[in-house]
Amino acid sequence: MLIIMGIMLGSLLLGVICRRRLPWIGKVTTVLVWLLLFLLGLEVGGNPQIVEALPTLGIDALIIAFLATLGSIMAAGLLWRWIK
Amino acid sequence: MKGSLITLSFFALGCLLGPVVGARPLGEGIDLGFLALCALMACVGFGLGNDPETLRKFRHLDFRMALLPLMTVAGTLCGAAFAAILLPHLRLFDVLAVGSGFGYYSLSSIFITEYRGAALGTTALLANVLREIFTLLLAPLMARFFGRLAPISAGGATSMDTTLPVITQSAGSEFVPVSVYHGVLVDFSVPFLVTFFCML
Repeated sequence: MLIIMGIMLGSLLLGVICRRRLPWIGKVTTVLVWLLLFLLGLEVGGNPQIVEALPTLGIDALIIAFLATLGSIMAAGLLWRWIK
Repeated sequence: MKGSLITLSFFALGCLLGPVVGARPLGEGIDLGFLALCALMACVGFGLGNDPETLRKFRHLDFRMALLPLMTVAGTLCGAAFAAILLPHLRLFDVLAVGSGFGYYSLSSIFITEYRGAALGTTALLANVLREIFTLLLAPLMARFFGRLAPISAGGATSMDTTLPVITQSAGSEFVPVSVYHGVLVDFSVPFLVTFFCML
């Protein structure tokens, strides 16, 4: 984890120092995201335990998504009442 | 929307090929995922550092509106903490890490897979895709019952791109600058918050 955070902070500094825009960075990012999600898919599909657990994972995800979204819109509602 | 479908289809393709080629087709010794993640982080970091203008554009925002990303993060984490109570088989910090994706399903699920394994990574992928879908479908209801800022908060990190059209429709076009500002800041917080909760 420290390696990954180090790479991110290092490249952030590099980006600040290097004034030139590199237009291909966005495309490389997209392709890497595709590759990584494909690899995640391989790991899920190739692991019978995870395939078996998919319904449970889906219900967990539904509960987390619903409550997290509800929490954020309630917080936004509080801010809206203060602004209005 | 089209971009999201292409991205998700790569995950689906992996799921279908997984049983055929196995979870690690290149052998256990080569961690292609880790190398690709390092490259991805270098790209994300460089892109953020290279583009200071995005943040400079938002100087003229009302300071109370500028608090919206904080409300989104706080509200999301409170909601996720409640979810952790309902899901005793998951660790609190794992649930908070999943919640910290804020709809940015690609990056958050990739991170969580690397840190905590493919099972929680899949939960993160599904939960954050669902958050985007909730926002796309329910933005008008959210705006009616919780005020016009609600769809922006629900959109999370996606309020600057995929959910911006529905936010514009349900909140009004005068909220586009807030929505983009909110998306940029929440997006920026995803790698840091996810890593933080995975480390705890």
